[in-house]
Amino acid sequence: MNQASEFFTVGEAVADAKAPAGPIAERWEQRRFSGRLVNPSNRRKLRVIVVGTGLAGASAAATLGELGYRVSNYCFQDSPRRAHSIAAQGGINAAKNYRNDGDSVHRLFYDTVKGGDFRSRESNVHRLAEVSTEIIDQCVAQGVPFAREYGGLLDNRSFGGAQVSRTFYARGQTGQQLLLGAYQALERQVGAGAVELHTRHEMLELVVVEGKARGIVVRDMVTGDISTEMADAVVLATGGYGNVFFLSTNAKGCNVTASWRAHRQGAYFANPCYTQIHPTCIPQSGEHQSKLTLMSESLRNDGRVWVPKERGDDREPADIPEADRDYYLERRYPAFGNLVPRDIASRAAKAVCDEGRGVGPGGLGVYLDFADAIGRLGEPAVKAKYGNLFDMYERITGENPYERPMRIYPAVHYTMGGLWVDYDLSSNIPGLFVTGEANFSDHGANRLGASALMQGLSDGYFVLPNTISDYLADGPFEPVPDTHEEVVAARKAVDERIAFFLGNDGDRTVDSFHRELGKIMWEYCGMERSEEGLTKAIGLVRDLKDEFWKRVKVTGKAEELNQQLEKAGRVADFFELAELMCIDALHRTESCGGHFRAESQTDDGEAKRDDENFSYVAAWEYATEAPVLHREALEFEYVKPTQRSYK
Amino acid sequence: MKFSLRIWRQPSADAEGRMVTYVLDDISEDASFLEMLDVLNEQLIAEGEDPVAFDHDCREGICGACSLVIDGQPHGPQAATTTCQLHMRKFKDGDLIDIEPWRAGAFPVVRDLVVDRTAFDRIIQAGGYISAPTGTAPEAHSVPVPKQDADAAFTAAACIGCGACVAACPNGSGMLFMAAKVAHLGLMPQGQPERHTRVLGMVAEHDASGFGGCTNAGECSAACPKEIGLDVIGQLNRDFRKAAVRAA
Amino acid sequence: MQPRKAAPPKPQSRLRSSIGLKIVMAVSGILLVGFIIAHMAGNLHVFEGREEMNAYAHGLRTFGEPLLPHESLLWVMRIGLIAAVAAHIWSAIVLTHRAIHARPVRYASKKPAKGESRHAVATMRWGAVVIVLFVIWHLLDLTWRTVNPVKDVPDAYGAVVATFDPSRWPVTVFYLLALVALGFHLRHGVWSAVQTIAGPNTAWRGRTQAIALGLAVIVVAGFAIVPLAVTFGLVS
Ligand SMILES: Cc1cc2nc3c(=O)[nH]c(=O)nc-3n(C[C@H](O)[C@H](O)[C@H](O)COP(=O)(O)OP(=O)(O)OC[C@H]3O[C@@H](n4cnc5c(N)ncnc54)[C@H](O)[C@@H]3O)c2cc1C
Ligand code: HEM
Ligand code: HEM
Ligand code: SF4
Ligand code: F3S
Ligand code: FES
Repeated sequence: MNQASEFFTVGEAVADAKAPAGPIAERWEQRRFSGRLVNPSNRRKLRVIVVGTGLAGASAAATLGELGYRVSNYCFQDSPRRAHSIAAQGGINAAKNYRNDGDSVHRLFYDTVKGGDFRSRESNVHRLAEVSTEIIDQCVAQGVPFAREYGGLLDNRSFGGAQVSRTFYARGQTGQQLLLGAYQALERQVGAGAVELHTRHEMLELVVVEGKARGIVVRDMVTGDISTEMADAVVLATGGYGNVFFLSTNAKGCNVTASWRAHRQGAYFANPCYTQIHPTCIPQSGEHQSKLTLMSESLRNDGRVWVPKERGDDREPADIPEADRDYYLERRYPAFGNLVPRDIASRAAKAVCDEGRGVGPGGLGVYLDFADAIGRLGEPAVKAKYGNLFDMYERITGENPYERPMRIYPAVHYTMGGLWVDYDLSSNIPGLFVTGEANFSDHGANRLGASALMQGLSDGYFVLPNTISDYLADGPFEPVPDTHEEVVAARKAVDERIAFFLGNDGDRTVDSFHRELGKIMWEYCGMERSEEGLTKAIGLVRDLKDEFWKRVKVTGKAEELNQQLEKAGRVADFFELAELMCIDALHRTESCGGHFRAESQTDDGEAKRDDENFSYVAAWEYATEAPVLHREALEFEYVKPTQRSYK
Repeated sequence: MKFSLRIWRQPSADAEGRMVTYVLDDISEDASFLEMLDVLNEQLIAEGEDPVAFDHDCREGICGACSLVIDGQPHGPQAATTTCQLHMRKFKDGDLIDIEPWRAGAFPVVRDLVVDRTAFDRIIQAGGYISAPTGTAPEAHSVPVPKQDADAAFTAAACIGCGACVAACPNGSGMLFMAAKVAHLGLMPQGQPERHTRVLGMVAEHDASGFGGCTNAGECSAACPKEIGLDVIGQLNRDFRKAAVRAA
Repeated sequence: MQPRKAAPPKPQSRLRSSIGLKIVMAVSGILLVGFIIAHMAGNLHVFEGREEMNAYAHGLRTFGEPLLPHESLLWVMRIGLIAAVAAHIWSAIVLTHRAIHARPVRYASKKPAKGESRHAVATMRWGAVVIVLFVIWHLLDLTWRTVNPVKDVPDAYGAVVATFDPSRWPVTVFYLLALVALGFHLRHGVWSAVQTIAGPNTAWRGRTQAIALGLAVIVVAGFAIVPLAVTFGLVS
C-alpha cells in the first residue's frame, strides 16, 4: 500500500535543503561555518520562545540566554526540574573512547544508524556522535556527579547490547543528574535576567503569521488566563507522545499538544508510528493502573527470562521444576540470550503470553529470575548491584524479588517519531524549531539505549544555538500586534475549545476515554501491527473520538487550576495523533525497528525491512480530509543497510 | 479495601479551606496512593463534584511533584518512599486517612493539595549552580574527582526537590533542600570558585522567601524520600561560617 | 506561575540570617552550658558544710583583691552571662518568630515525631520559658534574697538550707521541675550546638547525642541533689 489510499494522499517529496554534502565528518563544521551569525548587540533585540524545560529545552534556553538572546521558557510543571527527562535511568552515550576498547565517533555513528534499522539520516547521526564528547565535558563542568572509578576518572558501562563501554552514568539516575545540570544552568540565566521562566503554563496553540512561526498561545494553569506571547522564533522541546497509549513509562503529564498544534498549523509530523516498547517493565496489576514503571535494562545482565512450558500452569514459580520451564530467549537466540535488543525481547514476551503461557494477573507477564545469579554471586552481591531496583519492585508489587522471580512485561517507552525537522532542526514552518524527543530525531525506527539523553543535550546545548542564528540573522522581524487576524484566530481557537469542554453536557470522564483509546492503540498499534488490525483501529479511534466530543465531561471553571480541563485538551489531541499513527503504521507495510508488521517477517518470525520501497522518512502534512504523505528519501553512503540478526 | 479519607479542600489560594470526608470502597491493595485518589476523582466527577487537585507527574519517585501529607507525615508512613510510590497495602482495611497539603508560608496553597514551590527555584537561582557557559568546558578528564567525593556529591544531589523536608520541619525551614545542593556542588572541584558566594546567596534567598531557620530538629531528614542526611546541613553551616567570615 | 526572580544575593546581615542566628544560639548556649556546669560544681560545696560553702562564695567575690576591685570576677562572669543570655534569648525569639511565620497554617493531623531529636522544638521552647521564669525566681531567691528568709548576704549556705526547708516544699518542687526542663533543654541543646558548629558526620552525630544526654543527666542530678539533700535533712 505504498500508494495513496482511502486514508491518505501523497504529496511532493521533501528534501532537507540544509543538509550539507561532502565528507560526512566535515559536514557539521561546514554547516556551522556557512550559517550566518547574529551580532552580539543585536541578540538583545531578538526574542526566542522555548517551550519545554527537559534536557532539550532547558539546555537550549540556558545556552540561548548565555548568548544574549531574550528567552522566554515555558513548562507545564511547577518547576523546570520536573520535566520528564528527570526519570531517565540508564545513562548517556559518548564516543570518548576512555576505555580504549575501539570506540570512536565513527563507531558510535555506525552503531546508531544500524540500531535505528537504517531509517535515520546519516548526516544527523554523525553530528550527534561528534557532539557527544562535548556533552560530557559540558556536564562535568556543571558539576554533574557522574560515576567515577577509584582513580578519579569517569566510569563507563556497556549498555543496550553495545560492544564498547561508552555509557556514562550516575547510578540509576542519569537523567536526573543531567537535567539538574541543565536546570541549574537555566536558573542561573533566570537569576541573571536573561531568561524569563513561566512554570505551570501550557502552550495550547502556535501562532503562524505570514508563514512564519511568531508566537504561542499559553494558558496560565493557575489563574486560567490565556495570553499570546510573540517572538522572533519558537522552539518546541516538548518531549514524546508515548502517553497516547495511556499506559506507558512516561510521566503522566507527557503529551503531544504542542507538537500537534504545530502540526495542525502546517508542520509536518514524521514517522509517527515509530514507538519503542521496553521489555522490562513491571506488569499492570489491575484496572486502577495509571502508569507503568521501568525496571532498568541492566537487570537482564543477570536475570533469566522464562515462562512455564505448559499453558495455564498456575503453580508457584518455585514449584515449577526446571524441566517445565521455557527459557525462551536463551532457546531462540542462543548467541545473545537474555540480552537481545529491546524490540526483540519485547516481541518474544508478547508471543509467549499470546500463547497463553504468561504469568501473573491476566497472564500478561514473564518471569525475570535471579535465583541463578543469587546462587552464583550470593545475595549480598546481587543486592549491591540491583538493591534499589529490587526495593522499587517490592514497593510496587509487594513481592520480594530475592525470593520470588520478578514479573515483567513490555511497555511503551519512547517515541522515535515527532515533528519533522531539517538538518538545522527547523520544521518546515520557518521560525519553528524542534528539539529533543519532540522532533523525529536521529534515531530512525529504533532508539538505542542511552542515546535519547545524548540527542536532547546535543540539540539543546550545541546544535540549535548554532543553527538558529542563521534564521535569526534576518530578524528582528516586524512586530505583530495582538489584533493581527492570525493572533486573534489562534486565541479564539483556544478559547472556543475550553468553552466547549466546560459547556459540554457529558457523562464520561476524560480518563475513561483515554484508557479506552490506549487499549485500542496497544492492541492494534502496539508491539505487532497488521493491516487488518490497523484498519480496524482507525475505525475504532474515529468512533471513540466522536463519542469523546459528545460525551466528555469536564467539571469546574476555566479561571482556576483545573486538572480535568488540562487533561481533556491533551486527550483530544491524542485522538487525532492516534489516527495518524495508525495510518502511518498501515502505510508502512515493512517491519523496521520498533515497527513490526505481522505481514513482513522472516521465516523465523524476525522483522523484515523493505529497503526498496520504504527507505524514506514519512513526513505527514495535516489536512482536514486525509493527511498528505511527503517522503524524504534516505541515502546511505557510509553505512550499508544490512539485515539485523541476533541469532 | 475500604477507606475513609479526610482531605483538605480549598478552591483557590485565597479561599477558605477545610477538611472534607469521603468514603471509598473497592480499592485494590495493589493500587498506589495516587491511583486511589484517581479512583476517588473519577467518582467525584461522576457525581458532578470538583475532583481533588494534587500535583504529580512521573509517579515513580523521581520528579518530586507529588506532595501529600498523609496522616500528618509528608509522603506518608513508609520510609524513603514518595507519595506516588506508596501503595495501599501499607494501610489497613477501613482506615481513616488524613490528607493535607505541604504546610509552609513559603509554599502557599494553590488549590486543594497543590502548593506553590517556586521558592525552591529561587534558591537555586540565587547560587545553586556552577557557572559553566556552554562550550567553555575543558576536557572531562582534565579534573579527576576522587570517587568518595563523587559518590558523596551524588548522594546529596539525589534530592528531588519535593519539599517534604520543609513540610516536616517544625520550623518550616528549607535547610535540608538548600544544604543538599550546597553539599553537592561544594564537594565537586568544579564547584570551588563559587563556593562562598553560592552559600551566602542561597541563604539570603532562603530567608527572604520566608522559610524558617533550622534548630536541628531532624524531622526533615526523617521525612526525606531520598534519605538526605543531616550531614549536609552541617556542611552548609560550616561553609556559611567560612563565607561570612571571609566576606566580613 | 512565574517565579519571582531571585534578586542578586542581597547584602543580608550575616548575623541575622537564619544560619547566623543559629550560630549565635549555639555559641551563647555553649557559654551557658559552661556556666551551668561550673555552677553545679560550685553548689556541691554545700556538702562540705557552711564554712566551706560560704568561703567559696566569698572567694568568688574577693578574687584578685586587692589588685582588683570587689566582686570583679563575679562581674566579669555576670557580664558575660548577661551577654550570653541576651544573645541566646534574642536569637531564640527571632528564630521562633520566623518559625511561626514559616508555618502559618497548622496541620490538622498530628504527626508522630521521628526525627533525630524527638519533640525537641516543643521541649526547647516551652522548657526555655520555664527556665526563664525559674531564673527570675532564683535570682530573687538566692542572689537578692528578696524572697528568701535568710537576708544575710554572705550566708549562701544558710540561704540554700532555708529555701529548701521541707516547709517550703513547693519551692523545691518548682526547682526540680525547672531542672527537668533544663535537662531536656540540654539534651537537645548540647548536641544541637555541636551540630551547628562542627556538623559531625552520621557516626559522630550518634555519639554527640549520647554525650548530650549524659551531660543532661549529670547536670540535672548534680543540681537536684542539693535541694533533695536539704529537704531530706542530709544538709541542715
Ligand atoms: C523511564 C524512562 C527511562 C529512560 N531512560 C533513558 C536512558 O537511560 N537513556 C536515554 O538516553 N534515554 C532514556 N529515556 C528517554 C529520555 O529520557 C527522553 O527521551 C528525554 O529525556 C526527552 O527529553 P526532552 O527534553 O525531549 O523532553 P521532556 O524531558 O519530556 O520535556 C518536555 C518538556 O516540555 C514541556 N511541555 C510539554 N508539553 C508542553 C506544553 N503543551 N506546554 C508547555 N510545556 C510543555 C514539559 O513541561 C517539559 O518541560 C528514558 C525515558 C523513560 C520514560
Ligand atoms: C537547684 C539547684 C541550684 C542551687 C542550689 C543554686 C544556688 C545558687 C546560689 C546559692 C546562688 C547565689 C550565689 C551567690 O550569690 O554567691 C545562685 C546564683 C545563680 N544561679 Fe543558681 N542554683 C541552682 C540552680 C540554678 C540553675 C538551674 C540555674 C540556671 C538555669 C541557676 C542560675 C543561677 C544564676 C544565673 C545565678 C546568679 C549568679 C550571679 O549572681 O552572677 N541556678 N544559685
Ligand atoms: C534563659 C532562657 C533560655 C531560653 C529562652 C533558651 C532558648 C533556647 C532556644 C529557643 C533554643 C533553640 C531551640 C532549638 O535548638 O531547638 C536554645 C538552644 C540552646 N540552648 Fe537555650 N535557652 C535558655 C537557656 C539556656 C541555658 C541556661 C542553657 C545552658 C545550659 C542553654 C543552652 C542551649 C544550647 C546549647 C542550645 C543549642 C543551640 C543550637 O541549637 O545550636 N539555654 N535555647
Ligand atoms: S531534601 Fe529530601 S525532602 Fe527535601 S526536597 Fe530534597 S528530596 Fe525532598
Ligand atoms: S527538621 Fe527543620 S529544624 Fe533543621 S534539622 Fe531539619 S531543617
Ligand atoms: S509523582 Fe514524581 S515523585 Fe511522585
